[in-house]
Amino acid sequence: MAEQEILEGAMAVAHAVARCRPEVIAAYPITPQTHISEELSQIVADGELDAEFVKVESEFGAASVVLGASAAGTRTYTATSSQGLLLMNEVLWNIAGMRLPVVLACANRSISAPLSIWCDHQDAEAIRDCGVLQFYAEDNQEACDMHVIAFRVAEDRRVLLPAMVNLDGFLLTHVFEPTILPDQELCDKFLGTYEAVLKLDAANPATFGAFTEPDKCMEGRWMVHDACLRSVGVIEEASAEFEKVFGRASGGLIEEYQSQDAETILIAKGSLCGTIKDVVDDLRDEGKKVGLVRIKTYRPWPAEAVLGAVSRARQIAVIERGASFGAGGVMTPEVKETLYDAGRLIPVHGYCVQLGGREVPPDGIREIVDRVSGGEKQKAYEYFRLRTEILPDLVPGA
Amino acid sequence: MKFDYSDRVLVPGYTSCPGCGEALAMRIVSQTVGKNAVFTNCTGCSEIFTSRYPASSWAAPWIHSLFENSAAVASGVYYGLKHRGKLEGVNVIGTGGDGGTADIGLQCLSGAFERGDEMLYCCWDNEAYMNTGIQRSGLTPLDAATTTSPAGKASWGNDRPKKDLPAIMAAHNIPYVGVGSCGYYREIPRMVKKALSYRGPKFLQIHAVCPLGWRSDPAMTAELGRLAFETGCYPLYEIIEGETTPHKPPKDGWKPVEEYLKPQGRYRHLFRAADGAGQIVRIQALAAKHIRKFYGDDAVPDFAKEAEAKAEEMAASTA
Repeated sequence: MAEQEILEGAMAVAHAVARCRPEVIAAYPITPQTHISEELSQIVADGELDAEFVKVESEFGAASVVLGASAAGTRTYTATSSQGLLLMNEVLWNIAGMRLPVVLACANRSISAPLSIWCDHQDAEAIRDCGVLQFYAEDNQEACDMHVIAFRVAEDRRVLLPAMVNLDGFLLTHVFEPTILPDQELCDKFLGTYEAVLKLDAANPATFGAFTEPDKCMEGRWMVHDACLRSVGVIEEASAEFEKVFGRASGGLIEEYQSQDAETILIAKGSLCGTIKDVVDDLRDEGKKVGLVRIKTYRPWPAEAVLGAVSRARQIAVIERGASFGAGGVMTPEVKETLYDAGRLIPVHGYCVQLGGREVPPDGIREIVDRVSGGEKQKAYEYFRLRTEILPDLVPGA
Repeated sequence: MKFDYSDRVLVPGYTSCPGCGEALAMRIVSQTVGKNAVFTNCTGCSEIFTSRYPASSWAAPWIHSLFENSAAVASGVYYGLKHRGKLEGVNVIGTGGDGGTADIGLQCLSGAFERGDEMLYCCWDNEAYMNTGIQRSGLTPLDAATTTSPAGKASWGNDRPKKDLPAIMAAHNIPYVGVGSCGYYREIPRMVKKALSYRGPKFLQIHAVCPLGWRSDPAMTAELGRLAFETGCYPLYEIIEGETTPHKPPKDGWKPVEEYLKPQGRYRHLFRAADGAGQIVRIQALAAKHIRKFYGDDAVPDFAKEAEAKAEEMAASTA
């Protein structure tokens, strides 16, 4: 049994990734992701990992290099954040469309402007629809384990899609926690070596990235959707297998925390769920039936699992680190859609609790629970504890 | 009669326009490289006319990703093959048009060359964004009319001379930079073989006449390519390990630029407007500078020197 070590999140992730034996790694510096790629370069420089570390000129280049290397039949990895992920955006759609199992990490960070290096989920949510599977870690152990599972799921022949592990910038990447690094032998056993179904091989030439006319294009795009849906079962299967091989549970679609009999259910993802669990515990001690459903797999959207987990809820609050400007939340409407389609018309309230790293203290979570449990009509999506008084008065008549 | 295309790398049946200089260059380059290669392709005409699903004209491994990442994808392919020990005897060939190479793709290409990634990158320079409908690129020459640099009462067409892309590539201190032309297509195989004899990144730019975008007779493609060189409008040369070797000069001497410009619709406005001759003087002056740069002052013909003097005079009077 491997031992716990006190490791910084980004360092731990780098070592977990190295044990998955990626063959080509390309990364470009951006805070707060940098420690992952710095440590990986050191691991390669020390001869502990036989990989090509490609020092690219941008995140766009990083994504394009792993695209090419993946098409050439190798296991590939990159890591980024925020603006870097947005710069990769165009390439990520292409990687998914070509069904290349690239794995990447996103150290979640706010999008400029205003410039902020601190955490929210707008970066990852901005690429939500491109066909990249998305996992969200609550702590560093999970961030490590989810990488191992991500490689396995991405490379599964029933899936063949890129996969991204999200870990909250600074809140996880720069925090030291006791972590068990995935054992090398077990990783090898769990992942095996990557053999591409189709690759750029002179002995067996293939054309990648052909152009299609309107009578065929939609089917090509639909295949990405179909593979995403199929990945639901593969994620469950791989997570179960992970538990069997590594002896600890990790991954999966959702976590149900005190939610079975809960009347008020909070839905959230990422490290914020740690705070929410503490509040849930306190409220349970006070006799309140409150629970949390934590979204671990965000793409594919685990509709069935979410529906099953909230079957006894009377009201739901979705707590987000994202927003869709001019509309409302990002995950909130997805929860509503899931419930509506099942004919469950219970109140669902959305709260944007944090953009750009603002602290979310336990009393904020408690306030949300109190308000939604009180039966009072809430806004469809609320920017929680917004301090508009600090803003200059620039809009006449506003 | 039975045709045997089994040895072809770019197999016939692709849907390029008649007289396409890009297709000509691509066919010769790929045939010279052979099937032990991986080709990456920018978005553009060549990707469209060779890869319409479910057909493909490529008998070698080929990948098209995006407009601006052909070089970075080639880098990825190189590192992937290298890691798996499959690079022996296999050439990685990046390709793209002038826009995909010199404008939107320049960053990825510079990154690949700075890293010293093993590849030959070929730019098919037809001097505008032809696939999207003939818009101006950084390699569109002075006064050429395109759909975004149209000629009009207040415009002579493209208001800038073309970017010196081979010089930018040479500044990466790569072992081989070559500038060839579909007008001298017989020389392309030699250039490709020369390039591939060096390790590291290599760059080949081929002047590719585009009858559609240049509004020229498809039957004149090779001839126009030659005229571009023989008038000094498009110098051809190689920079091998820092040493520049220009193409041998035209055997009948340098020709006036009008001979190259006149058969092309994209320059028609220069010949129709009453004061168009003044603009042609500017193009002739640019050609004089090209000739001087590669062949010395003595090689510049008198008519070109006179045009230079006149262009300077015009510039001084408008300054």
